[in-house]
Amino acid sequence: MAAGVAAWLPFARAAAIGWMPVANCPMPLAPADKNKRQDELIILNVSGRRFQTWRTTLERYPDTLLGSTEKEFFFNEDTKEYFFDRDPEVFRCVLNFYRTGKLHYPRYECISAYDDELAFYGILPEIIGDCCYEEYKDRKRENAERLMDDNDSENNQESMPSLSFRQTMWRAFENPHTSTLALVFYYVTGFFIAVSVITNVVETVPCGTVPGSKELPCGERYSVAFFCLDTACVMIFTVEYLLRLFAAPSRYRFIRSVMSIIDVVAIMPYYIGLVMTNNEDVSGAFVTLRVFRVFRIFKFSRHSQGLRILGYTLKSCASELGFLLFSLTMAIIIFATVMFYAEKGSSASKFTSIPASFWYTIVTMTTLGYGDMVPKTIAGKIFGSICSLSGVLVIALPVPVIVSNFSRIYHQNQRADKRRAQKKARLARIRVAKTGSSNAYLHSKRNGLLNEALELTGTPEEEQMGKTTSLIESQHHHLLHCLEKTTGLSYLVDDPLLSVRTSTIKNHEFIDEQMFEQNCMESSMQNYPSTRSPSLSSHPSLTTTCCSRRSKKTTHLPNSNLPATRLRSMQELSTIHIQGSEQPSLTTSRSSLNLKADDGLRPNCKTSQITTAIISIPTPPALTPEGESRPAPASPGPNTNIPSIASNVVKVSAL
Amino acid sequence: MGIQGMELCAMAVVVLLFIAVLKQFGILEPMSMEDSSDSELELSTVRHQPEGLDQLQTQTKFTKKELQSLYRGFKNECPTGLVDEDTFKLIYSQFFPQGDATTYAHFLFNAFDADGNGAIHFEDFVVGLSILLRGTVHEKLKWAFNLYDINKDGYITKEEMLAIMKSIYDMMGHHTYPILREDEPLEHVERFFQKMDRNQDGVVTIEEFLETCQKDENIMNSMQLFENVI
Repeated sequence: MAAGVAAWLPFARAAAIGWMPVANCPMPLAPADKNKRQDELIILNVSGRRFQTWRTTLERYPDTLLGSTEKEFFFNEDTKEYFFDRDPEVFRCVLNFYRTGKLHYPRYECISAYDDELAFYGILPEIIGDCCYEEYKDRKRENAERLMDDNDSENNQESMPSLSFRQTMWRAFENPHTSTLALVFYYVTGFFIAVSVITNVVETVPCGTVPGSKELPCGERYSVAFFCLDTACVMIFTVEYLLRLFAAPSRYRFIRSVMSIIDVVAIMPYYIGLVMTNNEDVSGAFVTLRVFRVFRIFKFSRHSQGLRILGYTLKSCASELGFLLFSLTMAIIIFATVMFYAEKGSSASKFTSIPASFWYTIVTMTTLGYGDMVPKTIAGKIFGSICSLSGVLVIALPVPVIVSNFSRIYHQNQRADKRRAQKKARLARIRVAKTGSSNAYLHSKRNGLLNEALELTGTPEEEQMGKTTSLIESQHHHLLHCLEKTTGLSYLVDDPLLSVRTSTIKNHEFIDEQMFEQNCMESSMQNYPSTRSPSLSSHPSLTTTCCSRRSKKTTHLPNSNLPATRLRSMQELSTIHIQGSEQPSLTTSRSSLNLKADDGLRPNCKTSQITTAIISIPTPPALTPEGESRPAPASPGPNTNIPSIASNVVKVSAL
Repeated sequence: MGIQGMELCAMAVVVLLFIAVLKQFGILEPMSMEDSSDSELELSTVRHQPEGLDQLQTQTKFTKKELQSLYRGFKNECPTGLVDEDTFKLIYSQFFPQGDATTYAHFLFNAFDADGNGAIHFEDFVVGLSILLRGTVHEKLKWAFNLYDINKDGYITKEEMLAIMKSIYDMMGHHTYPILREDEPLEHVERFFQKMDRNQDGVVTIEEFLETCQKDENIMNSMQLFENVI
């Protein structure tokens, strides 16, 4: 039942008195209105903006948040108002829905934000009024397409090391940019297509005379050369076709696809020609078959995005093209008939029959006007001019539709490419941020450790470390620490050589020394310039065994600092919401891992300079950007981790 | 010349047909566009403001707050301040989704539209409601009689009653149990007349109606049913 109509319910009930005298049976009792309140104003405080409305207005829709008792959860006793920590702009629309019964969609609002708000208030988007529904649906569809595009491209970029040879080949064919070999193949085939097409064209050019015979086309003069060229091209095409056929995931579907049919048609004439070389009867047909060699030019559509877009546009405008054709046909028949009868009287008229007049009509309507057929009578001229004027109109009508379709698809494509390019950068940045965040945790652990160690010596370091972590961060770190304790493993950062085994021995002196040294190096490296070629090859490796003083190697902190400084610069650019404070410098706590004193390590709230609180493990960069965090195995991973991670980072800065 | 002329005629016919086809496609609309835009301006100027709150308070038995609440609901639904018959039918039909309430709504509209000008103003609305909800039983019965008396001549004939009865049964719709029989309304009317028509003259007057109703327990009880609606 519509909302406002609820206001008329009392009226309808009152009018029911009209039935009473004619009623057969006694009436049921009326429901008692238990808490019959006087209608009161209620205050809705949405992020500071106060809206007021009658209680009954909200109760019109009892299955939404505001109309049901669910809003009591938001009631603030002190101020006697309902407080919602949401967007006041969208709330305006929501409240208007209660008032007028119509839900509108404001154009300036982001569609997903709007959807979220509607979901919060328990309102189905389907009841958006007709005035705004189309706009809403369009934007929603666009958004969904965009997200799907992103998802697709994301999926495409996951490298699956477990592809079979066949699958790699297919990917190479479809995306030539994946490997250099594919790229080479791509260009080679492109080159040969061009050669083949040019050969076909040049074959027919008259080439000068051979003494003793008339002028020959080049094809016949240098038939051997052309034959060799043709053979080479066809061989390449055949090989390509067979390779594609082999690599195709679904061979049946591949054979049916348009491109493969074009391939086949392009190379068939050659083979047929080989088979039937000397048979005079069919050589005529064979010559005709050579026409199909022109289909090779369509093979270029694999190489050109624009051609594909054009083809797709034509396909999507099929109805407009169909209409164009139909209306043209109608007009042609009408005008041809009229012209024929108009010109019938004149002598030596070229308009011998209606089909003969078709030619005139087409030429006139498309404003070509060859002049091989012209009307001579006055009536004919009149109708001829009407014909040409209407031709312009009829043809001009569907063209803008086709053009706008093409433009839309083309821009969509451009946008998709741009998004893909941007997405790489975005994901890289996200990855870096996440790298930083996991480092944050470890760093805080180390600092906690350090402070513990230095309890004896007072806390100069503590002040040096400066700002405090926020409560959320410390709680988060504590949570991660608990997880480590539960599983008995611990998080690994960057350098697998620093892999941690849950050592139960905590060596204070060792820690001290390590920490101290590390601190020195850190402070010196604090402002490590963010160049593109850090010396990443050396590996920091503080090994972790308890008695490993001997194996103490220097921590090569440039690694650790590199992500830090990068992160600092990225933070301005990054679109990711980085929780927590904004302290810039971020140092990995490689060494701390080891010393990880499982017992008694409490990340000391006072000391870290951590930035992010999103934890993930920066494992080999091939992983998806979501970066699953997993406890790293305590085995030395490939040493290429660091360079590759840094190179990821580097790539980001280049953009 | 003969054949020439005929061909010219044929051509002329073809051209005329072409123009007719263009008209069909709307390309050659006769130039009648400017008239329609003016008429739309008229509707928006019709507006009605009700009498003052105090006056209505004297005329009806509602409190000020009740009147305010009623007016808010009324104005929300009908911003122009008056309800025309189609809107009224629409609103009333929403309460009876299974059946067809338009006929009964028509009768109801006439009952509410006291001055018969084709639209219910807020005053009519509130006065009618006041009778129905706060009036004496006597007044309510009189209102009901007024409803049944379609031509307002003071007598309820069998035809009028049959029309009312049919409209009430229409509101139920077709999916009822037991299935409505064809002659059910007529039977109902017969029963009504048997009860109400004292002197068996085929019409029911207001006195007969009042008298019979006041003697009937059920009817008297049911009149009190909707007292607490507002």
